[in-house]
Amino acid sequence: MAQRIDVKDLNIYYGDFLAVQDVSMTVEPQSVTAFIGPSGCGKSTFLRTLNRMHEVIPGARVEGSVELEGVDLYGSDIDPVAVRRNVGMVFQRPNPFPTMSIRDNVLAGVKLNNKRISKAEADDLVESSLHGANLWNEVKDRLEKPGSGLSGGQQQRLCIARAIAVKPQVLLMDEPCSALDPISTIAIEDLIGELKSEYTIVIVTHNMQQAARVSDRTAFFNIAGTGKPGKLIEMDETSTIFSAPAQKSTEDYVSGRFG
Amino acid sequence: MSAVTGTNATDSSARTRALLTAADPGRRRTDRIMQGLIWFAFAIAMVPLAWLLWTVTVEGVGRMSIDFLSLSMRNIFGGDPGGGIYHAVMGTLIITGIAALISVPVGILTAIYLVEYGKGWLARSVTFFVDVMTGIPSIVAGLFAFSLFALFLGPSVRMGIVGAVALSVLMIPVVVRSCEEMLKLVPNELREAAYALGVPKWLTIVKVVLRTSVAGLTTGVLLAVARVIGETAPLLVTVGVTDSINLNPFEGRMMTLPVFTYRQYQQGYAPCPAGESATCVADIAFQNAWGAALVLIVIVLTLNLLGRLVNRWFSPKLR
Amino acid sequence: MTITDSPPRAGVRPVRRRRSSDRGFNRAFRWISHGAGITILVVLAAVALFLLWQAWPAITAGGEQLATSVPRFPADTSLLAYVGPLVFGTLLAAVLALCLAVPVAIGIALFISHYAPRRLAQLLGYLVDLLAAIPSVVYGLWGFLVLAPVLTPFWLWLNENLSWVPLYGGQASTTGRAMATVGVVLAVMILPIITAVSREVFLQTPKLHEEAALALGATRWEVVRTAVLPFGRSGVISAAMLGLGRALGETMAVLMILSPGFSYSLDILAAGQHQTIAAYIAADFPESTGLGINTLIATGLALFVITLAVNMTARWIVSRRKEFSGAN
Repeated sequence: MAQRIDVKDLNIYYGDFLAVQDVSMTVEPQSVTAFIGPSGCGKSTFLRTLNRMHEVIPGARVEGSVELEGVDLYGSDIDPVAVRRNVGMVFQRPNPFPTMSIRDNVLAGVKLNNKRISKAEADDLVESSLHGANLWNEVKDRLEKPGSGLSGGQQQRLCIARAIAVKPQVLLMDEPCSALDPISTIAIEDLIGELKSEYTIVIVTHNMQQAARVSDRTAFFNIAGTGKPGKLIEMDETSTIFSAPAQKSTEDYVSGRFG
Repeated sequence: MSAVTGTNATDSSARTRALLTAADPGRRRTDRIMQGLIWFAFAIAMVPLAWLLWTVTVEGVGRMSIDFLSLSMRNIFGGDPGGGIYHAVMGTLIITGIAALISVPVGILTAIYLVEYGKGWLARSVTFFVDVMTGIPSIVAGLFAFSLFALFLGPSVRMGIVGAVALSVLMIPVVVRSCEEMLKLVPNELREAAYALGVPKWLTIVKVVLRTSVAGLTTGVLLAVARVIGETAPLLVTVGVTDSINLNPFEGRMMTLPVFTYRQYQQGYAPCPAGESATCVADIAFQNAWGAALVLIVIVLTLNLLGRLVNRWFSPKLR
Repeated sequence: MTITDSPPRAGVRPVRRRRSSDRGFNRAFRWISHGAGITILVVLAAVALFLLWQAWPAITAGGEQLATSVPRFPADTSLLAYVGPLVFGTLLAAVLALCLAVPVAIGIALFISHYAPRRLAQLLGYLVDLLAAIPSVVYGLWGFLVLAPVLTPFWLWLNENLSWVPLYGGQASTTGRAMATVGVVLAVMILPIITAVSREVFLQTPKLHEEAALALGATRWEVVRTAVLPFGRSGVISAAMLGLGRALGETMAVLMILSPGFSYSLDILAAGQHQTIAAYIAADFPESTGLGINTLIATGLALFVITLAVNMTARWIVSRRKEFSGAN
């Protein structure tokens, strides 16, 4: 069951510094939403407020609301740990745990739960998650080897397998292909297309072709200058953003005039 | 929206809320307990620090006076509350000073070697053995210095210089380590800028690298001095004890502050046959020990503080 | 003057002089700094050689000869049997201190690297480092006069109620001058070095791995358990070894607190059972002559060898780890 995200009037601060100003948007379930924009425009920062990962940085705080199926993630009774379990994340650089085997990496999130999981169940989960990440056929013979021995693209798919093993509703991807070669990138993009039937997917990307290839809707963020906050300029169907955007700056950006 | 999707929305909203508020109480408890334990670990470490500094201050401050700082212990016996630590302070300053004179050039030059020239097996083994040397027990350093001098001057040798050599063995690796760190902080662009102007390597090191890092080097040296100034055991076996003032490190026994503290502790309670009076204080030795400990701690903490401040105030902003 | 214009200024004058004397100066400076590096190696070798030299008469002398000229030398034994209880006491004290210090040090290191408010962390780190700045003789004085009386009731309670635990048996000391008190003081003394090394390692944990754990819905402790501790494990081990080395060689605190004895007893609450090599040397050296001094230096050599082995192992683990992380 994928979930809808509603963001209303969100301001993001680092201490007194306003990093992202006044974002409102809706992210549809079972679709891929891409965030594009120049470096430093706050798209990654914004992405991290969708699973409260920005709280790791001291002094970071938000105003406004982020609702998942109508439930405010910043409500007082909400557990941030449960939020992150429910809203998975894949990072820019693949980051499998170096001291764990491939199998243990996939099970890392599940094991945190302290739930007794039988070996058969664990095996099933590892297989289904790795299948889900299109990695099973490549690693099924070396599940006990360390995850750091895989190639970059395989490591990133291992991270995706690890993220979907805890059965989240939403999957956030922060430039998941920027550290990968073109062939691995295609593998990940194909995977994103398959995953969207089950999850709500949000992807931050620098690569406009990638946004055009994988996303259903696209949001363009921009920044007026250094020291100014980032803003959501416009959000629409991906085809509209790339063919007939409403804003001049969006058109300038997607046509490669800056950024 | 139709009524059907409306109830669906409330349904899924309720389910989502259940998901997002469902903190596993067991995990949360573990997290809390571990957080508590980790804070507690820090608190535990602060207890002896505060307790010790407090005790030394309270017990030692009563003994502080001009006399205590300017007299020696010559002709002071039993519970006589006279005398002072002047001979010990001077001994400590002289011996530590000589140790610094030996260690600082060797230490800084070794650091320069490691950072600017070091390559291959020699640099690797120097780095390794400097680290190993930091682990030499202080008493072994004392025995080494004793053996070295006993070879020439016989087994009854007790002189300030022997103690200074022992302290150098302990001090050199500390100087090397901290100066090495400081020299590594000098950005390579500075060296390259100098080379590009045709400045030879040794002048680049002297005029660019050393000058840039002089505050850091001072800090390193001050911290190294602070580290050895409180050493007792090596001085006990190499310099011995005396109650008189001896300012000549090349002849005869000298007193030092840490050894003085130990010596007074060793005296224990003084017998006062006529009971406590102005001329006989039973626990005077312990009072002296606390007094010397207070002076020693003040010196060490001042050196530490000075070291950190020098680095903070005078080091150039490289970034 | 800013730093960026110092190289040009430094460079102006010497350029002219270069052709005439550079080569010589350059070479001389290189040799001097090489020489300093070599000095380090020579000194370490000299320490070993001179100790061996001075210890040799004691090593080669027979048991009877030692028994007549060395005070407290037990009759009909060899040097090894004589050093044995001292080595045992040294190891007992160090291991005891290590067991007490390591968990606390890991806690403090985690506190400073991951739990304390970011702004305070550095200051709190300094405070822990201050524990290392306090001279050992002050620890000894404090341990003997202040801490031992405070701990005595607790030791007596342990002795009374838990005497079935091997360590707590025997006749507990009523003055607190027992191995247990020494262990506590040594633990405090080695806390800062173990903390400092572990803290550095924990701070190096890649942010990527911590975020990976967080994004999987880990609590703060679970982040530490899945990302920080596995990454820092070898660093903590070598930190503990360094602490062990420090504890093995500590002299004054032991000398001033412990009531000495020469047995292989495990009763850490009893007085007059143990002595460490370092404290033994410091206690007897001032009154020794002739073969007595040689014997003490021989025990010192044993201590040197033990600490050298421990430290080299620790450093070896550290350096191996460096290569490991460099390859990734």
